[in-house]
Amino acid sequence: MNLLILKLALQRLALALVSLLVVSAMVFAITAVLPGDAAQAQLGQEATPETLAALRQQMGLNVPAPVRYWRWLSGLLSGQPGDSIVTHTPVADMLASRLPNSLLLAAITIVVAVPLALVLGIAAAMYRGSVFDRVVSGGAVAVVSVPEFLVATLAVLVFAVELHWLPALSYSVSLDSPMKMLRSFAMPVMTLCCVMVANMMRMTRAAVIDQLKAPYIEMVLLKGASPMRVVLAHALPNAVGPIANAVAMTLSYLLGGVIIVETIFNYPGVASLMVDGVAQRDMPLVQTCAMLFCAAYLALVTVADIVSIVANPRLRYR
Amino acid sequence: MTDTTIALPVKRRRPRGAFNALGLFSLAVLLFWLLAAVIGPTLIANTGSSMGEAPVFAPVSAVHWFGTDFLGRDMFARVVQGARYTVGVALSATLLASGSGTLLALLAAASGRWLDAVLSRAIDTLTSVPGKMFALIMVAAFGSSMPTLILTAAIIYLPGAYRIARSLAVNIDAMDYVTVARTRGEGRLYIMLREILPNIVGPMLADLGLRFVYVVLLLASLSFLGLGVQPPAADWGSLVRENIGALPTGGAAIIMPALSIASLTIAVNLLIDNLPGRSVRGAN
Repeated sequence: MNLLILKLALQRLALALVSLLVVSAMVFAITAVLPGDAAQAQLGQEATPETLAALRQQMGLNVPAPVRYWRWLSGLLSGQPGDSIVTHTPVADMLASRLPNSLLLAAITIVVAVPLALVLGIAAAMYRGSVFDRVVSGGAVAVVSVPEFLVATLAVLVFAVELHWLPALSYSVSLDSPMKMLRSFAMPVMTLCCVMVANMMRMTRAAVIDQLKAPYIEMVLLKGASPMRVVLAHALPNAVGPIANAVAMTLSYLLGGVIIVETIFNYPGVASLMVDGVAQRDMPLVQTCAMLFCAAYLALVTVADIVSIVANPRLRYR
Repeated sequence: MTDTTIALPVKRRRPRGAFNALGLFSLAVLLFWLLAAVIGPTLIANTGSSMGEAPVFAPVSAVHWFGTDFLGRDMFARVVQGARYTVGVALSATLLASGSGTLLALLAAASGRWLDAVLSRAIDTLTSVPGKMFALIMVAAFGSSMPTLILTAAIIYLPGAYRIARSLAVNIDAMDYVTVARTRGEGRLYIMLREILPNIVGPMLADLGLRFVYVVLLLASLSFLGLGVQPPAADWGSLVRENIGALPTGGAAIIMPALSIASLTIAVNLLIDNLPGRSVRGAN
């Protein structure tokens, strides 16, 4: 690790923090400033000037927007984003009960999808043009160009309706026994994996093929190295940067995918909580969930950036 | 006589200018849905909403091509009526995104360094919020009216269009003929619209097709969550949502609208891949 890499990595980190700050301002502006008077919206038709003024006072709407933004941001940072408008319970508590479920779902999906996608992508690049490559790449294009809920619907039709292997909807997350755990996670994980593997595999394949076109690969081939050695020992180390980027991009896609999957399978996670919040226009809940997802997204993108900086041989041996 | 004069150049160009079978097929699918969106609702408006005669969630049959929905309505009629919302909203959002993205890119390329940097930074910050998340925030704040949906999808897909258009426009801007135009004293608007724009229109149209696919998928997902097009209007995503009861029995009512979305998006993808002439994809 040399100083240049450290400097570039720190720059990325600083950039991510600034972006997060800008995003928080954007989220606040869209949800709390632009739609107009929140107190008026909450009271609706019954608003009298007195109740309106009282509620405004209570919600702190009488102070200017920058001050409200500052209060909101410091509340978020100290872990107290306020109470839900609908249930009147602290948003932090609502999230705390849902977050482990979502993280577990994401973790299982990542453990299954990433290795699978890398192996498929590298194999497709090695045997590009073969029947295997055509089937895998064609399947990936098909999966990418249909909505996630179609993939989920097909999974339900095949495994629950036709084969009767799994229940159609998972109403509770049960960790009591491995069998029950498998039953509640199989369908959501399978759907998410399908979509993620398709994305990641395409990008991995493209990254490896890009390297295989480089002149130094021709040199390695002329030297008489086996195809396996060409890809694994020579092309792959140089494709680590783009592949890390592809993985992170797809993981950030996971953040969008869980919104659909948690909803269709009734999975009790943060994303379905947020969708309910949006439907009921529960602003504190929506804001907090949005910031949580955006922070996770920026973290993933930054990690990918830093990995591709560290993996760049031209920077490593300077 | 007129026929021969027109036919001759077409015949000579045929090897490069013809659609292959796959391209022709996807063009047909696309045209079918476009036609459904434009004249479909007026054609089958009378038979569309009749309910009560047919059983609920009926399978595919000669009478009900796509089966029936949760109220016993004909699914084919519902899908054709939904085409107007799915295709219409997505197309307006895509045109807005690509159009304004291209215009901003032209402005950035033809203007000085300073405006270019400011525009590019500002548009970059838009991409630090994931697309679906941004859509949820917008719907939470402004509700899901048609203008909100179009504007939201346009904002989400503007940065991508801007980036591609800018990288194309910057290359054109460095050409000698642009320098010549500048030297002879043409204004910024002339440079943007008469010198650069005609040269980037081709790739931007191909990009428009891809962007259209993303917008269709995003809007379908939103409607599926119940946050997109609101009842009584129903696009294909809402049709999947309202017939989710057919899922345990595997009814046609839930498969057909989902397959319609897939047919539209895959057709656009295939059409772009099989466009006659040189490959336009890869600019992305």
